[in-house]
Amino acid sequence: MRREVPKSFADYTPLLFPGLMLVVFFVVPFSTMIAVSFFKRNPAGFYTPDFVVDNYARFLTTFFAGVLGFSLMLAVLVAVCCVCIAFPFTYLLTKRSRRVQTLWLVGLLSVLSLSEVIIGFAWSTLFSQTAGITNLFVALGLMDKPVALLPTFGAVLAGMVYQALPYTILVLYPALVRLDPTLLEAARTLGASPVKAFFNVVTPALRNTIVATLIMVFVFALGSYLLPQILGRPRHWTLSVLITDQAIYQSNMPFGAAMAVFLVLISLALVGLMLLVGRKENAL
Amino acid sequence: MSGLDINAITKTFGNFIAVDNVRLNVPHGTFVCLLGPSGCGKTTLLRMIAGLEEPTSGAIVLDGEDITPLPTHKRNLGMVFQSLALFPHLSVGDNIAYALRIRGASKDEQKKRVDELLTLIHLPGFADRPVAKLSGGQRQRVAIARALALSPKLFLLDEPLSALDAKLREAMQVELRQLQQRLGITTIVVTHDQREAMTMADLVVVMGNGRILQAAPPIEIYRKPADAFVADFIGITNLLPAEVDSAGRTTILGTAIPGLAMPAGVTKASVSIRPEDVHLGEPGSRAITGQVTFVRDLGGTIETFVEVGGTSIIAVATPRERPNVSVGAKVGVTLPPESCVVLGS
Repeated sequence: MRREVPKSFADYTPLLFPGLMLVVFFVVPFSTMIAVSFFKRNPAGFYTPDFVVDNYARFLTTFFAGVLGFSLMLAVLVAVCCVCIAFPFTYLLTKRSRRVQTLWLVGLLSVLSLSEVIIGFAWSTLFSQTAGITNLFVALGLMDKPVALLPTFGAVLAGMVYQALPYTILVLYPALVRLDPTLLEAARTLGASPVKAFFNVVTPALRNTIVATLIMVFVFALGSYLLPQILGRPRHWTLSVLITDQAIYQSNMPFGAAMAVFLVLISLALVGLMLLVGRKENAL
Repeated sequence: MSGLDINAITKTFGNFIAVDNVRLNVPHGTFVCLLGPSGCGKTTLLRMIAGLEEPTSGAIVLDGEDITPLPTHKRNLGMVFQSLALFPHLSVGDNIAYALRIRGASKDEQKKRVDELLTLIHLPGFADRPVAKLSGGQRQRVAIARALALSPKLFLLDEPLSALDAKLREAMQVELRQLQQRLGITTIVVTHDQREAMTMADLVVVMGNGRILQAAPPIEIYRKPADAFVADFIGITNLLPAEVDSAGRTTILGTAIPGLAMPAGVTKASVSIRPEDVHLGEPGSRAITGQVTFVRDLGGTIETFVEVGGTSIIAVATPRERPNVSVGAKVGVTLPPESCVVLGS
């Protein structure tokens, strides 16, 4: 490919449209949010332009630190669960016939059409005492009497993994389809059992894809604010829930904005750290 | 019994018979080339020997042990794939040491073997390089070294040189053959390149439609092809119709060839004669008379195309014995009977 340094202004015109979109839909709202995070709250009305750091100072309490820690832990757990389930599943899917693959992918895509609200209420029914899955276990003789499985941490995790799983599979699928099947066969001729070959050939060969997928699901899970409320107790609420609460129900825009900015910075730092560690290991 | 025995192996995919009742004995230390056009079942046969495909019926016996039920990783073989399948996330040394690592060999042991193998493939000091930084020929050698790391009983190669350019391919053929002779390892190579098979093999196995058509040393395959397909597939040949006339003489294109005998009871057959065995001279009663249609002078060899009653005969000569012919001239074509091979139908 020929690469030339753009010389005149005209050479930059192809960037104009995407640049404009980026400014209108990202730079402007995000700057507004950062600005608002330094404004002063007006309890009677909304907020007044100012420059105070109170919103950030208020954030530095053990309560919010705890919520932040829980949110990050939950997002990491969702990402790890999704990849652990999706990676072997997608790998086995790519070994099936074209027809079977298409059917599964169409099914997975249809799950994406469900909104977070529908997913939340579907799982809350499934985990309920009166109509839930435990009734089935009782019928099968596995349990004595039906129990409610929510609100619990497990229910929150299950709902969020369910929501993120189709994305995970769709991101992993192209990389796994392109994987050279002879890599695995080569490992087998060299004395590795199929399971061993999968773990020390297929997985490392796709390390970058796995890292990228983990980051994607992590960021995706960090923004979830409905499922923790529907399926969990207040102590399972994430920072996103609190941001929504502050911004919409408490009318405290500046504090909500401050939390949002903080969350963005922390997630960027984590993603950066992950990429840095990945690059170091690659260099070895 | 030492060596590899392929015992009536059949493989079907649905209604398609990929390998059809193949029997082959490969003595220990033999270099075998499975040769044939694409889709003839040669790769499927190799993959069954490797355990990557399960035979529909039949058995594969290695040194007296039936290895048919053994999974690939317990067969003690080395294989080089067409794509080479080098592990992209490992260095050259780690690729070669993979099999040793799987078996839990110590670091020192791994390093010693890697150094040994790198010397063997003429790439000493390459252990720490990433495989992505290697040239095509170097990758090829690393794949070979990796397959040989455990000194396997069987060395299998699936079209190993097809990705290389012509010159490098010829050099690697010689190198591969020399390596095999030094190690004395039973080797099976799948190829569709007859030149490659002639260069390397002790035993050439020509396959077509899932069956073995002929298994013999290269020169025998070339000199005494079993049928028209083999004769045509290996090198260039003239396939001419032969008949027994009323006087009991064998004739080709209407001219009697004294000294050429047909098998008892056969009156019509195809005869194969290599272009370099065809002699051109003055037209005469003992020769077949034809007309020169084209002369291709390649410098090293001269190919003359002669037409006899609608059939084209190719004669090849070296510049030293250049036939004195020109396009349009009448020539006498002599076919030495000892060079004519009567083919089975």
